[in-house]
Amino acid sequence: MNESMLFTDADNLALAKRCRGDFPLLSRQMHGRPLVYLDNAATSQKPQAVLDALQYYYQQQNANVHRGVYQLSEEATSAYEGARARVQRFINAAGVEEIIFLRGTTEAINLVAQAYARPRLQPGDEVLISAIEHHSNIVPWQIVCRQTGAQLRVIPVLDSGELDQAGFAELLSPRVRLLALTHVSNALGTINPVKEMIAQAHQQGIPVLIDGAQAVPHLRVDVQALDADFYAFSGHKLYGPTGIGALYGKRRLLEDMEPWQGGGEMIIQVSFEHTDYNQLPYKFEAGTPNIADAIGLAAALDYVDNLGLEAIAEQEQQLLDYGTQALQRVPGLRLIGTAQHKAAILSFVMEQAHPHDISTILDRCGVAVRAGHHCAMPLMQRFGIAGTARASLALYNTRDDIDVLVDALHEVVRMFGAPMAEGGQ
Amino acid sequence: MDAELRELYQQVIIDHGRHPRNFRRLEGGCSCRQGFNPLCGDQLELCLQRDAQGRITDVAFQGQGCAISMASASMLSERVKGKTEAEARQMFDLFHRLLTGEEGAELESLGKLRVLAGVREFPSRIKCATLAWHALLAALEPGDDEPVTTE
Repeated sequence: MNESMLFTDADNLALAKRCRGDFPLLSRQMHGRPLVYLDNAATSQKPQAVLDALQYYYQQQNANVHRGVYQLSEEATSAYEGARARVQRFINAAGVEEIIFLRGTTEAINLVAQAYARPRLQPGDEVLISAIEHHSNIVPWQIVCRQTGAQLRVIPVLDSGELDQAGFAELLSPRVRLLALTHVSNALGTINPVKEMIAQAHQQGIPVLIDGAQAVPHLRVDVQALDADFYAFSGHKLYGPTGIGALYGKRRLLEDMEPWQGGGEMIIQVSFEHTDYNQLPYKFEAGTPNIADAIGLAAALDYVDNLGLEAIAEQEQQLLDYGTQALQRVPGLRLIGTAQHKAAILSFVMEQAHPHDISTILDRCGVAVRAGHHCAMPLMQRFGIAGTARASLALYNTRDDIDVLVDALHEVVRMFGAPMAEGGQ
Repeated sequence: MDAELRELYQQVIIDHGRHPRNFRRLEGGCSCRQGFNPLCGDQLELCLQRDAQGRITDVAFQGQGCAISMASASMLSERVKGKTEAEARQMFDLFHRLLTGEEGAELESLGKLRVLAGVREFPSRIKCATLAWHALLAALEPGDDEPVTTE
């Protein structure tokens, strides 16, 4: 086989090939072709280990948590709290009580906007975000600004997709009460220098929330090393189930916050006159939590750590380089987002075809990519485009997947002709 | 190549998508409405000019979108020029029937627009094809300038 002699990265390529079989969905056919799944920034596929963990929980451990004085409930509680400790370890939080299970990144950001920012913001205060945020890190801040009379300020982005650091420094002022920033851009792949930006914000006493939805599948995140005040992420982009995610918050900040939602679980004692709230993290987990999916998420973290996030990242970077070069050779194709530090996301437009037409043709070739504004309409406007087609990679993607993508893009060229600049059809 | 795909992206559609007809501004005394597909961000503005009898004397549009939405708008503009309001509404109904898979001799009056029948095999793209038509319907109505959406 030429596989072993091909490249020095044979070991890493082997990782994807070795793992593909762990993901049952990847063996599906689409329109009679093998599925090439390249929409991982939207959601990733799930390994058998996660599916098994969900099934095991429902078949063997299902009971409500923190209530029952019987063994089954104790087992469920122990599995659920074990999952919390697993998340703590994954992002290196100082304490397990700093991990709050929520539906996902969106809910986590909304929690911080309402329970942290809202009571603290005054008219004239500012919330700082960046031009490359997902709508979920824009709209919750617009809502809280409207509620409080605060102003939303936006760090500009350069043509490369990198944030304008000089612009950022200028925007830092005593009026800024919170910086909410994405770690990795979902639309462009840009990896922001969040550690440095957090340090700069902290110099002025500004707390920072990091949207880590696109970062955790690709980078080792250490919330203490970053010194993030809040860090939010979702399970389903990290090979875990949908409907589960986590908010990390520094203990001191979480303790100073009022609960966001009321209900069971988040209380110590309730009378009609008064309620004592539960301690962290339960204060922010009203109602029966998403027990099964938290356990599924823990299984996903085990899976990822078994392979090694560093090895995954290395393979993805090699594939990103390979894909970047291959895509640039497609006539009329232009990559959007060319930051020096990028996660494995290839966002592009074609002069001769609209992203939706590209996506329809690719779909018929078995290739799943996302087309559109990627929930980042202000960013698309900044680049003067309605949207892009986006191929986003995961640990199971191979060079073969990229080759199929490129072949399919040549199909687009055959159908829509050469770019007009090169003489039309 | 996929037969349904070839059916969808016929040369005439790619041609109209690339070089949309009546892609311009209409000046003065016209009724304009915007169409917006929030799902994909396609948007266009369609303008009608009518004579004293209500006959459509000119149609033009501007905007941006995929080949299907641009081609549909372009062919619409050619087809409804010279039609009365009632005829344009009937055209809307026929076009809708075409996309939902109906057959019938009366669909022939759609002319070139029938090449868009291939869209019916692509459910997620039907709204692309109908965007301009919703704007047309709205432009025929007197009333406010609220943009119409495909949702």
